[in-house]
Amino acid sequence: MPNGLAAHADDHVHAHAHHPAQQHHFETLQQQAEASTLGMWLFLVTEVMFFGGLFTAYLIYRLWYPEAWAEGSRELDIRLGGFNTVVLIGSSLTMAMAVRAAQTGRRIATVVQLIATMALGLTFLVVKFFEYKSKYDLGHIPGPNFHFEGVHADQVQIFISLYFAMTGLHALHMIIGFVLMSVITWMAWKGRFSKEWYTPVEMSGLYWHFVDIVWIFLFPLLYLVDRANQLQ
Amino acid sequence: MTTTAVAESPVNYLNVRHGVMSWLLTKDHKRIGLMYMVVVTLAFIVGAIFAGLIRIELATPEGDLVSSDTYNRLFTMHGIAMVFFVLIPAVPAILGNFVLPLMLGAKDVAFPKINLLSWYVFVVGTALTFGAMLTGGVDTGWTFYPPYSSSASDSNVFLTGIGVFVTGFSSILTGLNFMVTIHRMRAPGLTWFRLPLFVWAVYATSLVQILGTPVIAITVLMLALERVAGLGIFNPALGGDPVLFQHLFWFYSHPAVYIMILPPMGAISEVIACFSRKQIFGYSFVAFSSLAIAVFGFLVWAHHLFVAGISPYSALVFSILTYAVAVPSAVKTFNWTATMYRGAIWWKAPMIWVFGFLGLFLVGGLTGLFTAALGLDIHIHDTYFVVAHFHYIMVGGAIMGYFAGLHYWWPKMTGKMYSDAAAKVAAVLVFVGFNLTFFPQFILGYLGMPRRYHMYPPEFQVLNVMSTLGASVLGLGYLLVMIYLTYSIFWGEKAGANPWMATGLEWTTQSPPLPENFPETPIVTEGAYEYAKRETKVA
Repeated sequence: MPNGLAAHADDHVHAHAHHPAQQHHFETLQQQAEASTLGMWLFLVTEVMFFGGLFTAYLIYRLWYPEAWAEGSRELDIRLGGFNTVVLIGSSLTMAMAVRAAQTGRRIATVVQLIATMALGLTFLVVKFFEYKSKYDLGHIPGPNFHFEGVHADQVQIFISLYFAMTGLHALHMIIGFVLMSVITWMAWKGRFSKEWYTPVEMSGLYWHFVDIVWIFLFPLLYLVDRANQLQ
Repeated sequence: MTTTAVAESPVNYLNVRHGVMSWLLTKDHKRIGLMYMVVVTLAFIVGAIFAGLIRIELATPEGDLVSSDTYNRLFTMHGIAMVFFVLIPAVPAILGNFVLPLMLGAKDVAFPKINLLSWYVFVVGTALTFGAMLTGGVDTGWTFYPPYSSSASDSNVFLTGIGVFVTGFSSILTGLNFMVTIHRMRAPGLTWFRLPLFVWAVYATSLVQILGTPVIAITVLMLALERVAGLGIFNPALGGDPVLFQHLFWFYSHPAVYIMILPPMGAISEVIACFSRKQIFGYSFVAFSSLAIAVFGFLVWAHHLFVAGISPYSALVFSILTYAVAVPSAVKTFNWTATMYRGAIWWKAPMIWVFGFLGLFLVGGLTGLFTAALGLDIHIHDTYFVVAHFHYIMVGGAIMGYFAGLHYWWPKMTGKMYSDAAAKVAAVLVFVGFNLTFFPQFILGYLGMPRRYHMYPPEFQVLNVMSTLGASVLGLGYLLVMIYLTYSIFWGEKAGANPWMATGLEWTTQSPPLPENFPETPIVTEGAYEYAKRETKVA
């Protein structure tokens, strides 16, 4: 026998019909689910590295320009930021409940929880829009027309550049998540998921929790640089 | 010998469907591999034309063919085309796509739709970048250093940057897809230490693609925003730091060298074992050296910044780590040599390309140690010495390795055999032409000729003329490869399932393979290179 290979009749696979969601190149639905899960985690690793570049820039400039960082951070609205943090944590809760509902095969509950997650995500984005708008009204948009009253105007501009880059990239991820969830909700409504197969809901959940965690880092780094002094 | 044991099916992956749409909408990893080959080859031709123009300009000391501004654009676009659109995708996206699932005994990669998406993303990125080249080009050097790139250059930096950014996602998705495929799609019995070394190399490469590419993506994005929206993150006039860009850029772009060289090294391992008719010497050392290169590769980036004003203490650490990364490469080279020792060398074309690879990679690797030395680097930094060094690695190593792999798997991909004599002539032409092109550049650089200028003092002319002459021979060599490979598609002899009598799952199915690779999922019961167990007589 060349290469020590033996012909393999995988009769146990063909003995019963395939699940409709199983793709032809996988042997079993479980293999497919494991591949998706690993793929999603690896994707999240790439996302960590993607945001990592911005976090590195943030870290270096914060060490270089602590006063400008405090000054820039005080310009952000801690109430809106705090409100959004609560909203996003809430959306992670509803997302987790959506995944649980899908796992236990409850169709309506899955749909309701997904819609609740999307509603909370949308709330976050609307609040974020008003935060951006107030920056625009104050002339705090980085670039040639940047305007800031203070001794460290240039350095504050770097802070605000990073603020926009980091929160903007985060908001973009939320918008992508929103689109993703619209599709998943529709699929859930059509009854595509069952106890045997709910991988897309689980994967969207992983993605959404990741986006949430990014914000958990962004909020203190951007909004809470110098709040302790204000309280005294 | 049971090479003809495979029952031929009239249906294979090439003739199962016809028409343009059957290619553009395919999810077959083999077809996607070929589609990458088309785009990469076009990019290679464009990049080679830029290189040719550079060498013609440098045949005389005066700047008589092109202006200095045009020259800046030529070497920039040569670098961008070759690095991002040829070297990085060549082996993983072409050969990897084609043979990886076959080597694993799988029907396809884990995510066939994402695989096709990667190709489209690659095409969009290529279109954007080459569109930028057609509409004026870019003159920053392929490294895009700010503040020149962000505020001074009047060329198409933004569009090129976005093209590179987009292309990066193709690379990320391919790496992700391969990694999941290797973890989850192996045939029954195919344990990690039975995997062909090409798979280990692709795995290590995927690791670099996944961890490194997102960083260059965000860096180029920041640069593009800086150029368009006037942010100041890298602009010293606004308190930003251009050296931060260099750190972030090389955090990816140095490991990217290993994206280019690791997969060809994997192909070399396959070819050397097959054409020495021997088990590879020190299998696990070769396998783990791939991973070691991937890991150490992330810890050496600042050796590109030795003259950028970084702290001497960190320079010291990066210099030592750079020496360390040479160790796993040396392990591989010694093991390949030991594999050939007392092997029954079969003098076929793929092996001739391997010999070329070994010689050139050795020179490239050893001169890398020169540039890792802190004191010496100050002398040779930004001279032709560095140009020669990285071409020995990237062309002498990566491209020779790609061709070794291509000549090895070509009969599998097309079902046809090319002319062995023509392939040997091409390998020798490329080897001679390459050395004639780049060896003089070591001397030029050592004598102090800086890179990236379109004129030079007359005393450097003899060596430059040699280099230009060599480039012409090199070009002829590549042309010859394209001619006889194309010829073989139409008029080549039928190759049969296993023309090299090689081990490995990919050789147990017919050539060209079935649409879903194997008639039945294979079961593996032994290691990858059991040549000793096969009674084969080779010419």
